Amino acid sequence: MSDQFKVGSKVRVTKAYPPGHIRTPFFLRGKKGIIIRHFGKYPNPERLAYGLNGLPKLNLYQVLFDMETTWQGDGSFAAKDTLTSDIYETWLELI
Amino acid sequence: MTGNSGSHGGHDHSHNDFQPDIKEPTENWELLEIALRELLVDKGVLSAREIQDEIEAWEKKSPEKGAEIVARAWVDEEFKARLLEDANRTIQEFGIEVEILKMVALENTPELHHVVVCTLCSCYPRPILGVPPLWYKSKQYRSRVIREPRAVLREFGTKLSDDTEIRVVDSTADCRYLVIPVRPVGTEKMTEEELAKLITRDSMIGTAQARDPIGQRS
Repeated sequence: MSDQFKVGSKVRVTKAYPPGHIRTPFFLRGKKGIIIRHFGKYPNPERLAYGLNGLPKLNLYQVLFDMETTWQGDGSFAAKDTLTSDIYETWLELI
Repeated sequence: MTGNSGSHGGHDHSHNDFQPDIKEPTENWELLEIALRELLVDKGVLSAREIQDEIEAWEKKSPEKGAEIVARAWVDEEFKARLLEDANRTIQEFGIEVEILKMVALENTPELHHVVVCTLCSCYPRPILGVPPLWYKSKQYRSRVIREPRAVLREFGTKLSDDTEIRVVDSTADCRYLVIPVRPVGTEKMTEEELAKLITRDSMIGTAQARDPIGQRS
C-alpha cells in the first residue's frame, strides 16, 4: 500500500461513509482527481482521534479536482477553476 | 467617541463603537471545555497561569511575520525557491520552528490564484499568521468558498479574470498553506520593509491581492 501512488496518478476518492472521525470531506467521496503533491507520512487521524498512536503512518497527498465535474456545474467558478484537498492513502483508489 | 459633551440627551446614539459583550457559555462543547480546563488545573496537570501564557503567546503572533517572509520572497528569487521547496526549513530563518505540521508556500501568479480554506474545521498557518480571523472559521466561508470562489472573492473586493485559474486549497490534514501574493506593479523601487506593508493577512490567505502601492485597490 505504500508506493502505489505518485505525483500524476489519477485517483478516485473512496465512496464510503463510515462513522467516526474522518478527515476526508463528504463532498469529495467518489470524486475523481489527480495527485499533485506527496507530503510524506503522517499518523492516521482516524486512530489519533480515539487516543491511539496513529500508527502505522499513512502517505498523505494533495489531490487536485476540477470544479466543473466536482460540482457538476452548480457553483460560482470559471471553466479553469480547481480545488485541492489533502487526502490519506487509505481513501484513494487508482483509476 | 465624539468629544461633544458628557450627557446623553436621548438614547439615539449608536453603540457601534463598542465590541459586543462575550455571551455566556451555553453550548455543551463550551461547558465541556470549561470542565476539562478546570479539571486539568485541579489535578495539577497545568496551571491557570500556563494556560493564560499559552493563549497570550498565540495572540501575540501576527500576520506581520508572514508579510516579512513574503516580502523577502518578492525581492530574493533564491529565497523564494527555497521557501517553495521546503517552507519548514526556510521559515527558521525568521525564527519560526514548526515540527509536526508540514508548511507549504503557494505562489500566486497572473495565471494561477490560490485561496486557502479548511472545510472541516479551521486549520490555518498559525505559526506564521497567528490566530485566524473569525470569518475564516465561519461555516459561511468554509462552505461557500469551496463551491463559489468567484462570488466569495468578489465580496472581498477581489476581481480576477476568467483566464486566471482559481485554485481553492482545502487544508484538511497535516499541511498548512501560506499564499505568496502577486507582487504589484510599480513596486520595483520599494524596499523590503516598504513591500511588507502591502502584504495583508487576507492576501496571504488568498481572499485578496496585495495592496496597490498607489492608493487603495477598488
